[in-house]
Amino acid sequence: MSSLKRLVKKKLFLPIFCMILVLLINLLKSPTFFSIAINNGVLYGRLIDILNRGSEIAILAVGQTLVVAVSAGTDISVGSVMSLSGCFCCMLLAGYGVNSATTLAMPMIVGMLGGVLMGALCGAFNGALVAKLKIQPMVATLILFTAARAIGLLLCDNQITYIRYEPYKYLGNFLPGVPIPTPIFITIAVILVVSILLKKTALGMYIQAVGINGRAARISGINSDVICFVCYVICGVCAGIAGVVASSRIYSADSNNIGLNFELDAILAVALGGNSLAGGKFNLPGSIIGAYTIQAITTTLLAMGVSTDQAPVVKAIIVVIIVIVQAPTFKAWLETRSARRLAAETAGAGEEASE
Amino acid sequence: MAMNEQILFTMKDITKTFPGVIALNRAQLTLRKGEIHALMGENGAGKSTIIKCLTGVYERDSGEIRMEGVEGNVHNHSTQDAQKIGIATVYQEVNLCPNLSVAENLFIGREPRNKAGFIDWKAMIRLARETMEKLEITLDVTQTLENYSIAIQQMVAIARAVDMNCKALILDEPTSSLDDKEVAKLFRLMRSLKEKGVGILFVTHFLEQVYQVCDRITVMRNGQFVGEYPIEELPRLKLVGAMLGKDFNDLASIKPEGGLSIGEDVVVDAKGLSHKGTIKPFDFRIRKGEVVGVTGLLGSGRSEMVRCLYGADRAQTGTLEMEGKGLKATAPIDSIKAGMGFLPDDRKADGCIADLSVRENIILALQSRQGIFRTLPKAKQDELADQFIDLLQIKTASRETPLSQLSGGNQQKVILARWLCTHPDFLILDEPTRGIDIGTKTEFQKLVLKFAAEGMSVVFISSEIEEMLRTCSRMCVMRDGNKVGEIEGEMTQESVMGAIAGGDKE
Repeated sequence: MSSLKRLVKKKLFLPIFCMILVLLINLLKSPTFFSIAINNGVLYGRLIDILNRGSEIAILAVGQTLVVAVSAGTDISVGSVMSLSGCFCCMLLAGYGVNSATTLAMPMIVGMLGGVLMGALCGAFNGALVAKLKIQPMVATLILFTAARAIGLLLCDNQITYIRYEPYKYLGNFLPGVPIPTPIFITIAVILVVSILLKKTALGMYIQAVGINGRAARISGINSDVICFVCYVICGVCAGIAGVVASSRIYSADSNNIGLNFELDAILAVALGGNSLAGGKFNLPGSIIGAYTIQAITTTLLAMGVSTDQAPVVKAIIVVIIVIVQAPTFKAWLETRSARRLAAETAGAGEEASE
Repeated sequence: MAMNEQILFTMKDITKTFPGVIALNRAQLTLRKGEIHALMGENGAGKSTIIKCLTGVYERDSGEIRMEGVEGNVHNHSTQDAQKIGIATVYQEVNLCPNLSVAENLFIGREPRNKAGFIDWKAMIRLARETMEKLEITLDVTQTLENYSIAIQQMVAIARAVDMNCKALILDEPTSSLDDKEVAKLFRLMRSLKEKGVGILFVTHFLEQVYQVCDRITVMRNGQFVGEYPIEELPRLKLVGAMLGKDFNDLASIKPEGGLSIGEDVVVDAKGLSHKGTIKPFDFRIRKGEVVGVTGLLGSGRSEMVRCLYGADRAQTGTLEMEGKGLKATAPIDSIKAGMGFLPDDRKADGCIADLSVRENIILALQSRQGIFRTLPKAKQDELADQFIDLLQIKTASRETPLSQLSGGNQQKVILARWLCTHPDFLILDEPTRGIDIGTKTEFQKLVLKFAAEGMSVVFISSEIEEMLRTCSRMCVMRDGNKVGEIEGEMTQESVMGAIAGGDKE
């Protein structure tokens, strides 16, 4: 009993528990869930599909985790910024006003970096509003949430810009001769780079210190504003990378659909990962597991025939449950309840003993 | 004065532990009807813990509470439970709604209703007037509460408690933010309540006030009951002795004979520093190995002055030289790099990073001085943490325990450790001993002198003049945001008090 309790208190319990639950349901529904096959030289299977499709959410969740930790707020612009980054990348590659490009206007890498840079720029904008002007994160990022997608559409001259150039698809699909989808590699790279940044520098501790008590962190010599700003920029870069990957998947810049509602999945991933949305301590592995759990849920729902439009209902229910479970009042209620039960038990035992 | 001997409540063998710390160890407390009973003890003695155990904020681990008119062992699970059986608490920070009227605050949650079930405003205002008149408090009950001073707000809180038929009234440091006149008003109210048979438990740090209003004193130390005394039997010196757990003589000078060896080099030289709205231009110099006190009443600008020196609040005028070099600190990090350290007085808001571990809290300032890219190796961090946990005898389960789980005094030690490990040349300690148990308090003062002997310059602020007299060789006197002077040489409690109070300026 006590070992079970200890297990429940572990940081990664909630995310892993959710993940296993979803996988179990899938296993019961369709035993072929875990089978992986090789078709046309690439891997096929539900698991591969989840890992592949979950890449963008996982990348976004990495940035979102830091933003939540440092500012106790969420960046709700990441979906729109994804779209803008994808559009900017395609515009650079195709040239302004070109609807369908078969040759590139500039080297592919430049366009892609341009897209990521655009993400960073958006992050810097959000960061400046939150860190320097002390605007509520939700309100500050609402600006780009509304505007970024539209700016992307403007950049693409109000149309879907296609890049009909084979290597452009590599990033979002498969590299020639490699059976594993490229987005999985990119996700691993992003996670690695950010983890190293957090572990090898003091950034991880600074972010938590600022998130827990910005004033005290400042007195101790941390530039709280800069740390907050940096987190938003990292979040923007992640959105930029995710945007370029998403655009590469469909080798086009579909401003209206790239990253649509992804900000919600990213935030949900952070919450599901056992991170408190009140900021402070964070748990990056949790967020990443959370991201794939969400993708697993989405994939499951689709496989069960629930339409894409209705899937958010289920997600919403999950969000409600997570938020309630994390709420301090709920935790306090649980604690007093167990304390009372304990008191009642000991009192009962005492009476028995006295009799 | 005839003291009523009828007991209101008794608490016996109350024990309460927090992770790693025994906050209360078989403590006891008895309150009688119609008495004003002082609960005294140093910070960390367990005064607030025992009150919280009584009022249901904490659940006690063991022990017995008997209350007049209540059957059996009393277990309050919330302050509401406590209120139901007649125990009300008024805290230093008033727990009322400042944006509502006085009358509304008096009757919130139990408003008089008319037949239709709506609030009967007329009756409410009439009843409020009656209540206030009974207690001889003159004010307009229809006014918004925030229009009145903290003292009046506290009285409203007391009136509310009294009106809810409280038998035991607990006043937790009610006077710490009041001026003398307001204190006198509060005492009048307390005395009149006493006449009416209410038992009042009075928690305060001001010895003076205890002797003005109290009938009996319970002294606590380190979570334990030291004794209960009628006021006549416990003169001031004995009270302090009981609180500190040693004869007052033990506390005699810890300064080395012949004073401190103060160097010639000026470490910090500030001219005309000021911060708009908080502190008017001041000069400040400190030499190597000197311990300088800053004294003054609460709100006189003590903390504001050192915040300005350190650069926590950016100075708008003036110049500051640190070891001969100009220092224009735009943020604390500049000051840290120049060799300063600053332990702020508001531990919770400016010091603790509650959810981070003891280790992380200790190395934080050192890390930020090193810069973000030069991470301290984990082994080095562990070593530093262990070293200071040992040196300052920090009571913690381990170095990885979150700081929030430590008691206030131990948290303070962790934050001191944070600065000590940067080896500052100039260390500012703003109320460092607040919330530190008495044994460590002396240790702490000795440490300060030891650092000074090793060449560190220290600014030391304490509300207890006694403490500063024992450590400082010079004191800056603050009044109303102004540095009004310095005193040096033979300093006594009286001379310092005189300087603080002002009058004839020397």
